[in-house]
Amino acid sequence: MNGLPCTAAILPLLAANPLTEPVGVIHYLVVGAVLFTAGIACMMLKRNALGVLMGIELVLNGANLNFVAFASPYLQAEGGMSLGLDGQMIALFVILLAAAEAAVALAITLNFYNNHATVDVDRADDLKG
Amino acid sequence: MESLLAPSFVSGLAALAAGGAVCPPGLLLPTAAVNFHSLLFFLFAALACGFALGVVISDNVVRMALYLVFSLAATAGLFFLSGAEFVGAMQLMIYVGGTLVLLVFGVMLTAQAPFIEIRASASDRTLAAVAGASLLGLLLTAALSVDAWNAPGAGVIPDPSATPLGMAMVGLRVDDPPANAPVAGRAGYLLPFEIVSVHLLVVLVGAAYLARAKRRRTPRPIEALASAVAPASPPAAAARSGSSSALVGGTR
Amino acid sequence: MVELLLGFGLPGWLAWTVAALVSAALILNVIAVGALVFIWAERKVAARIQDRLGPTRTGGKFGWLQSLADGIKLLAKEDLMPDGADGLLFKIAPYVSFCASFCAFIALPFAFDVVAQRLNVGVFFVVAVLGLEVFGVILAGYASASKWSLFGAMREAAQVVSYEVPLGMCVVVPVMLAGTMDLVTIGEKQAGWFTNWYLFHDPFTFVIFWVYVTCAVASVNRAPFDLAEAESELVAGFHTEYSGLRWSFFFMAEYGSMFLVSGLAAVLFLGGWNGPVPLAELLGWSGRGGDTSAFLVYLVRLLGLVNLVGKATIGVLFMMWIRWTLPRLRIDQVMTTCLKYCTPIAAAMFAGAMVWQLLLPGGLLPGWGRPAGEIREGWLEGPGGSPVRVADRD
Repeated sequence: MNGLPCTAAILPLLAANPLTEPVGVIHYLVVGAVLFTAGIACMMLKRNALGVLMGIELVLNGANLNFVAFASPYLQAEGGMSLGLDGQMIALFVILLAAAEAAVALAITLNFYNNHATVDVDRADDLKG
Repeated sequence: MESLLAPSFVSGLAALAAGGAVCPPGLLLPTAAVNFHSLLFFLFAALACGFALGVVISDNVVRMALYLVFSLAATAGLFFLSGAEFVGAMQLMIYVGGTLVLLVFGVMLTAQAPFIEIRASASDRTLAAVAGASLLGLLLTAALSVDAWNAPGAGVIPDPSATPLGMAMVGLRVDDPPANAPVAGRAGYLLPFEIVSVHLLVVLVGAAYLARAKRRRTPRPIEALASAVAPASPPAAAARSGSSSALVGGTR
Repeated sequence: MVELLLGFGLPGWLAWTVAALVSAALILNVIAVGALVFIWAERKVAARIQDRLGPTRTGGKFGWLQSLADGIKLLAKEDLMPDGADGLLFKIAPYVSFCASFCAFIALPFAFDVVAQRLNVGVFFVVAVLGLEVFGVILAGYASASKWSLFGAMREAAQVVSYEVPLGMCVVVPVMLAGTMDLVTIGEKQAGWFTNWYLFHDPFTFVIFWVYVTCAVASVNRAPFDLAEAESELVAGFHTEYSGLRWSFFFMAEYGSMFLVSGLAAVLFLGGWNGPVPLAELLGWSGRGGDTSAFLVYLVRLLGLVNLVGKATIGVLFMMWIRWTLPRLRIDQVMTTCLKYCTPIAAAMFAGAMVWQLLLPGGLLPGWGRPAGEIREGWLEGPGGSPVRVADRD
């Protein structure tokens, strides 16, 4: 599935001992991708409204990790270009907005629970024709 | 005693990791065989990814919340390791300490026995696994296809300071421009900061309005459910008249 | 310490590992030994306030070994788990609590540069990690499958999240005065006589210190804010179902947190490791002149350590005094205290301290013995919109 360019790129990474090399942006990107995918899978899989909310948090977190990785001068190769402070700023705003989003989503979920006595999102089908 | 040993080993490991943070992120060791920064990175990365997968795999919503807490805390560790100390502390304070406490609160308020575990069907699981795997493959392919991102880091970090962040928040950029930046001028963040603060206020009011206690004549569906399920005994009746009767959690 | 180990010819990775392990072990000991001492002290203080004697027999005249005997009893106790409990969560909850309490100590300085990891965002880190302790309590309450536990956990969650707001505001004031969030720098800026302590900087800081005390007591769940374990209503609250070693982990986390918020108060408001009288300065040991032997530097650090631990211990004893003197609040009174009193007062004092800092940055009292030549990070917009770094007036 990953095709040729991917395996060709991954080989040198595997050749070096990962514990003695300094980590680079790509390490953070891989972790971010795993978190993002886990979040998406969570949103698809969970029928509990709060589970879906947790998936969203994971997705935002994966994105945040990428922003911070691109912002960090430590992770850049020599002469590489980093986002500098802007990446950290965007990460901060994402965290703040995630808090706001979680508060509203939780309020909606509690209202749904009060009115329908369930948190199963598949049963929110009142408007179905 | 065996049951005690395993968690204490885990906490010991966490303690070791915490103490391992003694190694300043920027300092490369001249005689080092092991790059401590990389070692800690792999530790926290494994924790973050593992617990994220735990969130996906687990069916119990309370355990999902716990795994999410651990995953986000490990991500905060990754932030610290990349030199973004303020973002890491912010993640711990707002995300883990605020948002997730709220989330756990919501989980407990709705954690009635039938909703603690809602299992997805096998076809859904298969679909999610296939879609997730292909998405992961796509993301990794995209990330690995850029040569500049694949090089190992330079391993040099200036002293992290929160002052430039704070100054940028009030609209004055005092940080050094990043090397090889395409544009010279950079904007401050005063306007986004104000917008976010007003936004948070609106959300605060809105959420309080949405979740407020309403007086109603007919019992809420959840109360009707509780009275239908509960046996007619004095303690159950007493509990029913309280806030909620079936809050007691736990599964076996 | 890493430099010392490297000087012995150890390879780098081994030196880092040993340094990390020693730091972790020292912090662990602060919590464990602190808990032993404070449990004994709590018994004695409670006894004195209630006109009793307290432990008198175990280990000599004053019952010194009482907490050790308690510990052995707890170790030997049967480890019970309710039948309906969620096994994994029930087992893991005490360790979550304890880890949070432990991790916050990483950034707390015990004397100048005696800190496991000097963080640029030290204050923020300590307050943030301290807030994570609530997770252990919530999990314990939920996983116990008991109504009492769950009610305790819900109260704790509401209380801790609410009190983080005024606590954060209180903590911001010393940060504003010092111009940094680095705890080591904040402590060092209060060097000299006790008139330099931020407690006495201006009337607003004096008031906000007491707001901090209130919020700190509430955020570590001590009486009169111990609603999470109100034994008159909730049996024992969130730890009703716990026994033996797991219960003692909750206990250690609580005493660790008490010591932590007291230490934070000492660093932020009470001069940190600087005594009321600059003894080392007067004797010429401080090393500010430049030629001080390594032994004297070590001695001064030790003096600072004694100072800070002493102040933190006084803080813990103060909390015990409060606990055995005041009656417990109701849950609505707890929330009222936070939202209607602490938060507005903290906000007003914050604004007042800000104005004071603009008009009279030197503070109210004469700054005897204040270290000269300190530089605050200040930034102005220079010609052409480029930022210029300036030193502050004092």
